[in-house]
Amino acid sequence: MKMEPFVRTEMLSEQPAPLGETGVLKWMRENLFSSILNSIISILALVAIILAFMVLMSWAMQPSWASTSLSQCQDDPAITGACWGVINNRFNQLMFGFYPRVEQWRPTLAFILMLVAVAPVLFNNLPRKMMWFSVVYPFLAVILLWGGTIWGPLLVLAGFAIGFILFKVLFGIVGNLAAMLIAVFATLLWWLYGVSMVAEVLSGIIPIGLEPIESSKFGGFMLSITIGVSGIALSLPIGIMLALGRQSDMFIIKTLSVGFIELIRGVPLITLLFVASVLLNFFLPPGTDFDLILRVIIMVTIFASAYMAEVIRGGLAALPSGQYEAADALGLDYWQSMRLIIMPQALKISIPGIVGNFIGLFKDTTLVSIIGLLDPVGLIVTIQGSSDWNGIVWELFLFVAMMFWIFTFTMSRYSMYLENKLKTTH
Amino acid sequence: MAMADQPAGKSFRLSMLLYDTRYRSITIQVIMLALFAYGVYWLLGNMYSNLDDLGKKPDFSFLSTPAGYDINQRLIEYTSQSTNGRAWLVGLLNTLLVAFLGCILATIIGVSVGVMRLSKNWIVARLMTVYIEIFRNIPVLIIIVFAMSIFIKFFPQPKAFRGDDATASMYLWDSVALTNRGWYIPKPIFENGSMIVVVTFLLSILGIFIFGKWAKKRQEATGDILPTFWIKLAIFFLPAVVVYFIMGQPIGLEQPELKGFNFKGGIHMRNSLISLWLALSLYTAAFIAEAVRAGIMAIDKGQTEAAAALGLRPKRVMNLVVLPQALRVIIPPLISQYLNLTKNSSLAIAVGYMDLTGTLGGITLNQTGRALESILLLMITYLAISLSISMVMNVYNNSVKLKER
Repeated sequence: MKMEPFVRTEMLSEQPAPLGETGVLKWMRENLFSSILNSIISILALVAIILAFMVLMSWAMQPSWASTSLSQCQDDPAITGACWGVINNRFNQLMFGFYPRVEQWRPTLAFILMLVAVAPVLFNNLPRKMMWFSVVYPFLAVILLWGGTIWGPLLVLAGFAIGFILFKVLFGIVGNLAAMLIAVFATLLWWLYGVSMVAEVLSGIIPIGLEPIESSKFGGFMLSITIGVSGIALSLPIGIMLALGRQSDMFIIKTLSVGFIELIRGVPLITLLFVASVLLNFFLPPGTDFDLILRVIIMVTIFASAYMAEVIRGGLAALPSGQYEAADALGLDYWQSMRLIIMPQALKISIPGIVGNFIGLFKDTTLVSIIGLLDPVGLIVTIQGSSDWNGIVWELFLFVAMMFWIFTFTMSRYSMYLENKLKTTH
Repeated sequence: MAMADQPAGKSFRLSMLLYDTRYRSITIQVIMLALFAYGVYWLLGNMYSNLDDLGKKPDFSFLSTPAGYDINQRLIEYTSQSTNGRAWLVGLLNTLLVAFLGCILATIIGVSVGVMRLSKNWIVARLMTVYIEIFRNIPVLIIIVFAMSIFIKFFPQPKAFRGDDATASMYLWDSVALTNRGWYIPKPIFENGSMIVVVTFLLSILGIFIFGKWAKKRQEATGDILPTFWIKLAIFFLPAVVVYFIMGQPIGLEQPELKGFNFKGGIHMRNSLISLWLALSLYTAAFIAEAVRAGIMAIDKGQTEAAAALGLRPKRVMNLVVLPQALRVIIPPLISQYLNLTKNSSLAIAVGYMDLTGTLGGITLNQTGRALESILLLMITYLAISLSISMVMNVYNNSVKLKER
């Protein structure tokens, strides 16, 4: 008898995928339990994470917010772990150092205004007019933080206006380079000699100002942010100039830039801070004694701009030489081609490095505690040495480290956002 | 713009210095040089007049006067009667010691974390990400000071090891003691004849290199592949072990022992050294891990597939195709992390570890008042260390550079 071949005449109904090949189960099978070894590791890691989390929680969840000293925590039978009272008790100090309490609205306001001033730089869908506020902000911040007469910072700001107007007027008469040189010299002269004289006269006539606050009162996160933000804002333009100098065809400018960059990158920041604290006054005219925080900001800026220059040089070197040649072929002069063609691309390539440098700079502000400034790390040591909180470790360090972490992690996330936004490839 | 029909120098006018691009760069450079020279002159002039006011002159003779302070963690002989110059040397060696230890540990942690971050196991990869994001984003100074606080506060006192009801115990067959005064570890003692063992060991390392070259040449000539790894391993261990027993075990270990209220014998690693070492390693490891991950991810998948298509086995694909290319990407950032670690080791001053900054830039500076000279020497020493590390990096970069023809 001949076998009839089997021919299916009706379609089978659609079956759901096996349970292990869909959804959570598939994901777990592939990512957690793909082999015996992986399963063991996954389970061990899970157990360790849960245990660590439980220990951490039982340590951290303590009704200790109100205690005013470590011994009070230790005597209280209800408290068996963390003594958070130290954060509550010293919060003001950790934020503002020894800045007078009644004046603390000033750094707070300066911080909020900083966010406003930084916003248009960070997000370019905001109105461009806000940039004017960003330009004025540094002078506003100086007035708010240090106080004193408002005329000094205003006249320094006026120096930029003087230089700009002079340049515009002279540009038609003597040309680009000469106008630039004269404008820069005039501005420098104004800053060196004009500002102090005029400021004295003006503040005699119209004495407007805030209560002056000495730098030695600065401390805590306010000090870190002051140094960090000034360093960041100043080091980027200087770094760009140094990078251009290092790429330049002019032998002397190239040599000076290379020498500066390599010298600064070869020494640790702490030696530069030593220079700021004990040595800088040696190099200034006898009798000058200017603010320690200002000296530190100068040194931190110098340090950061050398690193910034290297990062930007990397970006410049990564551009194909066709871009330079195309800019030349369009008949652009050096500054035009840099501003319109080269820099936008080079800076885009170097964003991760630039933000990495910013993060490093912000972390490095903690080093000022070594030369005796009371930044958060310096305050930890001070608080640990006080009789109320002698012997406290975890709570303080966790708090300070977490504050720094929030700042730096935000910065690194922003850099990723910016990279994605500027990406032109697919 | 330079006109073709107007050769340079024929009709030179002064204004061409400003407006002619051929001469303008010279003008700019001369102005910059003059400004720079004036700046240096101004700074030095101020310095001399300031020093005159203080009645001092730049003077390095303080280097040969007795230092007058003690350094407890040291690699070479030093007493408080030794000179400041000697203290400088002790500091330099301490800096190099912590940098060396740190680089090794940071590489081990960093490479493992970086590889594990690429693991297929989701939890492991996430845990490593958490590690990297935590340590990369916290100031290293906080980690150092924190580690120091923990070592002082949470490790047992030496007296806890005493008596029958000891609350603490030593590790690794009673050879390592972790106390709040630091770690006590065994110290190797070299007796007569130990030199021969050491020399044999060094010779066998040389032998490994020679064997490697010979095996390669042989493979290229005949096509035979020797099991080089096992033979090299044997050359590494066997001769030294054999000679060690022939010479009658001349190298021994001095164990730390509890004498009175403290440990005696062995090597005493102070808290400051350990906290600095661990903190720097953990911090730098996070950066190294990122470099390793980036290096491995930079290798195109097509490379692995092409190697497989050529018939190479997976192990050889890794050794001959992937690793050589990945290392080219990994090593430059790795070395610059070593450089960063070395420079960050200057934070030792925060925990009282007597490195360069602690001796020359710290106590010597404060006791002699020679700020200018001390800081100058300090910077020059760091500069020399940094430049030698970057020189190594440049040599390496040139040797692995893609040869474009």
